Amino acid sequence: MNIDLFFQYIVAGLTYGTIYAVVAIGFNIIYNATGIINFAQGEFVMLGGMTAVTLHQILPLPLAILAAVIITMAVGALIEILFIRWLDRPSVLRMVIITIGISILIREASLHIWGEGVRALPYFTGSSETSIRLGGVFVSPQVLWVVGISAVMVILLNVFFTYTLPGRQMRACSANRDAARLCGINAKNMVTLSFVLSAGIGALGGSIVSPITYVQYDSGTQLAIKGFTVAILGGLGNSAAAVGAGMILGVLESFSIAVLPAAYKDVISIAILLLILFVRPSGIFGSSEAARLSEF
Amino acid sequence: MAILSLDGLSKRFGGLQAVDNVSFCVQQGAIKALIGPNGAGKTTLFNLISGFIPPDSGTITFDGSPVQRLRPHQVAARGMARTFQHIRLFPKMTAIENIMVGRHVHGRAGFVAGMLNLPFTWKEERLIREQSLEVMEFLGIADLAGAEATRLAYGQQRIVELGRALACGPRLLLVDEPAAGLNMRETAEMASLISRIRDRGVTVLLVEHDMSLVMNISDEIVVLSYGQKIADDQPLAIQKNREVIRVYLGEEHAAD
Amino acid sequence: MRPKHLQMIGFLGLVVAIQLVTRATDSAYHLTQLTMTAYYSLLVIGLCMLIGYAGQISLGHAGFFSIGGYIAAYLTTHDLSAHKGAAFVALFAKAGLLRTRPDLYGGDLLTVQPWAACLAALAVTAVVAYLVGGPVLKLRGHYLAMATLGFGIIIYRIVLGTTALGAADGISDVPGFSLLPGIEVSGNSSLRVMNYYIAWGLVAAGMVLLLNLIHSRVGRALASIHGAEDAADAMGIPTARYKLKTFVLSAVFAALAGVMLTHYNGGIGPSEASVMKSVRYVAIVAIGGMANLWGALFMSLGLNYLSLRGYFGTYDDAVFGGILIVIMLFAPDGLLRKQLLSDVRRLFAGRTAGGGA
Repeated sequence: MNIDLFFQYIVAGLTYGTIYAVVAIGFNIIYNATGIINFAQGEFVMLGGMTAVTLHQILPLPLAILAAVIITMAVGALIEILFIRWLDRPSVLRMVIITIGISILIREASLHIWGEGVRALPYFTGSSETSIRLGGVFVSPQVLWVVGISAVMVILLNVFFTYTLPGRQMRACSANRDAARLCGINAKNMVTLSFVLSAGIGALGGSIVSPITYVQYDSGTQLAIKGFTVAILGGLGNSAAAVGAGMILGVLESFSIAVLPAAYKDVISIAILLLILFVRPSGIFGSSEAARLSEF
Repeated sequence: MAILSLDGLSKRFGGLQAVDNVSFCVQQGAIKALIGPNGAGKTTLFNLISGFIPPDSGTITFDGSPVQRLRPHQVAARGMARTFQHIRLFPKMTAIENIMVGRHVHGRAGFVAGMLNLPFTWKEERLIREQSLEVMEFLGIADLAGAEATRLAYGQQRIVELGRALACGPRLLLVDEPAAGLNMRETAEMASLISRIRDRGVTVLLVEHDMSLVMNISDEIVVLSYGQKIADDQPLAIQKNREVIRVYLGEEHAAD
Repeated sequence: MRPKHLQMIGFLGLVVAIQLVTRATDSAYHLTQLTMTAYYSLLVIGLCMLIGYAGQISLGHAGFFSIGGYIAAYLTTHDLSAHKGAAFVALFAKAGLLRTRPDLYGGDLLTVQPWAACLAALAVTAVVAYLVGGPVLKLRGHYLAMATLGFGIIIYRIVLGTTALGAADGISDVPGFSLLPGIEVSGNSSLRVMNYYIAWGLVAAGMVLLLNLIHSRVGRALASIHGAEDAADAMGIPTARYKLKTFVLSAVFAALAGVMLTHYNGGIGPSEASVMKSVRYVAIVAIGGMANLWGALFMSLGLNYLSLRGYFGTYDDAVFGGILIVIMLFAPDGLLRKQLLSDVRRLFAGRTAGGGA
């Protein structure tokens, strides 16, 4: 492998890694607020991409993306209010099954709305042919858009959680829900907010990456499982680490194509997921450990 | 002869030294009590002995062989049974079914025999049921056999849990706070049950807060404070032990 | 006679009655979907044992189904004539594991015997389940769900991406499976009634085995693990080993279903390995009431039949997604259970009381 090809793989890996990190951050936001893993997280990304593509037929690109994000956020809120909000301390199994059911409904609804076709937004600048030369590597300008917007998004999220009142309230809820409630924070609204945020982030990610990866009614499932891999790799709930973990998975996956047929690409990343789950289960299911400790 | 001996047992959770170099023996056929203020490390010690958590260092010798590396089910299979501080009965099962689970280690019907419903399993099941009923009769709860265990009164649940452990046919029974949540009459009944269990030849190690129960039935008492053993003696001597009085009642009482 | 015998007799009666009805109404073609339903039900009852009784969720059972089905399909269709000289072929032939049969174009195919292929499929599935189950079952909750989902996707991607397994087309022209002389599992329409009874006979046998297991020492141990795992451990039950054995058992049920359905359909495709299939099986177990073998069986009979007959149209997957949500929101203990009536009554009583207040 020559050095140029090497960097080409790196760039491709970082692009996919960015979107995996975005999905992982979505997982983390809801996990921190509720202790739930939202199996429909990948569907938010798909929904955002699909909606943006459709709206772009009548709206200019930035407005189409903005509207898609807002619509997906509304869907996120609706889901939380309809299916999650009124459950009283549901079991993990119940939540897993409910969010899987939600993901199926979103996917099937998308199939009926948009059909099986593969869609994409146009390149934000230039076309699929354009490329910018960075050192010895040719990089599509869209890659820069993806990485740039994602970076801004992560920074804004950090600002939100550190400096704004609702952000701090959400953090208080995830640290200690009962104590937060005693301080007058409406914990249920914080959960709704977490779904809204996480849907919005997913939708934005889905929109900006669609020119490169394309989007289809069923692209959510594999995004979800890779986002989950990244979330676990970085430590569930830790969004800063998820960014790094996303890059690692993206690059690993990218290089796997050099060794194995492309059809097995997903096999690699899922095998990594299983490996992490198997090798350090103690590090990653802290919650059950804590539950056992509480009895001692 | 000691049926259980601990030697230099230690366990640390993060910054907390929960059990600190603890050594003591439990004599065959005795009732030994483990007392100490809240957070002294009593339940951690129980979890170490029964294999629920591995010790950082030290040895646990049960019946002549080391058990500190074994999993809980292996420890149980060697003849050590336990109850839990917070009752852990099996939900959606009757009282007798709960106790029948205790007989598990004495059965041998596995997956294949169970699926094929082989004749030897019928005899085994009948035997398990009879033996479980015997345990219930011994504890005076035979009339509760068909009731759903987790819907029984609290005191009855404690006795069912005791019965489940007893059904294992243990040589050593670990009882974690048997009187917690019981009223005075129930506590007295519990004390008499534990004495009778000992009279059957089962050695008992118990953690308990209720001093009247501990002083009445124990042959020996170990006192823990902040994870360390501060006394190990007969009840009367423990009552006079200055260190124990200081830990329980404060400095000024110890000076009297 | 004990109630469990009565239930089984009632079930067999229902199976016979359905066949008689289709004969009387001249609609024997329904038996095809009912036979397929039976094989899916075989998987469902095995999964019910795992989820409901051992308390472990699996979102990857379509994977085990496919491992079974694909191995049977591959071995019984892959022509070994080209390797006739090879030592392993001679060895297999000597052991009676091979057979020659005419192919569609008049030539001869040298393939593995269906019986040998079936046993190989079950054995491989058991080994895979054992190897995967060991580490996977140490996980709980979300992690267990994700890990089994991941396993399922891996199998799906492998069968979809492997040319030797037919990639997107799958494997077709799988021959019938002659269990005994004169008794053959195949989609041949003259054997439709026989196959209906073979399939439901297998389900009945599977039910007997699992019902026996539930009411045995092992069943009691599984219930205790499900109820309070630490206490079960303290009673001397090797919880990890029991969970693993149940996992392997349910995987073997799934693989047997895969083998049989592949011979019946004459082929298998990657869609059998899809995540949606796995989710569908979990949905059926959930709506049947989790720890309720009969509930799972009857829900499987109803839903699979309706789905295979195409009653749900293009909303097929959506129906199962909807079922999952509704059941988990409103009746997490399933639909078929004794307290259902009292629950409904309480619901209405609550309404009226609330209205009066």
